[in-house]
Amino acid sequence: MKFGIQINEGPYTHEASTTALNFVSAAVEAGHEVFRVFFYHDGVNNGTRYTTPPQDDRNIVEAWSELAEKHNIDLVVCVAAAQRRGIVDEGEQERNGKDGNNIAPGFRISGLGQLIEAGIQCDRLVVFGD
Amino acid sequence: MSDTKKFLFVNRKAPYGTIYAWESLEVILISAAFEQDVSLVFADDGVFQIAKGQDTTELGIKNFSPTYNALGDYDINKIYVEKESLEARGLTVDDLLKLTYEDEDDDWAEKDSIHVVSSAELAEIMDQQDVVLSF
Repeated sequence: MKFGIQINEGPYTHEASTTALNFVSAAVEAGHEVFRVFFYHDGVNNGTRYTTPPQDDRNIVEAWSELAEKHNIDLVVCVAAAQRRGIVDEGEQERNGKDGNNIAPGFRISGLGQLIEAGIQCDRLVVFGD
Repeated sequence: MSDTKKFLFVNRKAPYGTIYAWESLEVILISAAFEQDVSLVFADDGVFQIAKGQDTTELGIKNFSPTYNALGDYDINKIYVEKESLEARGLTVDDLLKLTYEDEDDDWAEKDSIHVVSSAELAEIMDQQDVVLSF
C-alpha cells in the first residue's frame, strides 16, 4: 500500500511526530511504500537541524533524517507554515534575506500542493496530531 | 492531474486561540486549484469558525472569516455542519455565515452551501470519502 503522512505537531510538545516516526518505520519494514511525509502547522519544527535535546533524550529530528536517508523517504515542510515559524533552507534564506538556514538533512521546503498531491497519489493519507 | 478524489476537511477547533483553523483554510483554498471533489465539515468548536459577526479587533489577529464567503467561487459548496455541535453551543444555522454558491447546472441560481447534518449522517459522509484531513 502507498501511504502519505501528515504531521501537525512539533517534535517535543506532542507525541504525534514520534508516533508517526514509528508508523512510517513499521510501514516500510512491512513492505509498504511511504510516498511522502508532509509537515504542517507546528509540525514544521521537526525539520530544524538546530534541535539539541539533552543527551538522555531521543533526537527526533535526527531520527527523521536517518529514516529518510535509509528508505529514501520524501520529507516535505510546508513553506507557508515554515516561514511563520523560522524554518529556513538555502532558497528561503536567499529569498527572504535571512542570515542563515536551519533545515535538517533529508527535509525540503515546498508548497501545500505537495500535501494535496499526496492525498491524490496515495492509497491512504494518515494524519498525526490533535 | 486527471485523478479526482473526494477530499473532506474536518474543522474541529475554534477559529482563534490556535492556528489550526486558519492554516486549514489555507489548505482548503489550495485544494481547489487541484480540481478535486472537496467537502468541508465543521464540528465541535469548529462551528465557531463560520459564526457570523466575528470581530477580532481586540485580539490583534486578522478576522479571516470573510474568506469563507469566497469558497463558493472556488466550487467548494458542500459544507456540512454537525447538528449536535451547534445545539451543544446554543447555536442555530442563523448564527452562521450565509455561505452560498451559484449552481451552473441550474441557471446559476444561488444556493446554500451549508447543510446541517446529524453525527450519524456525518459518519456516512466520512465513509464516502477517499481522503479525510482533520484540523
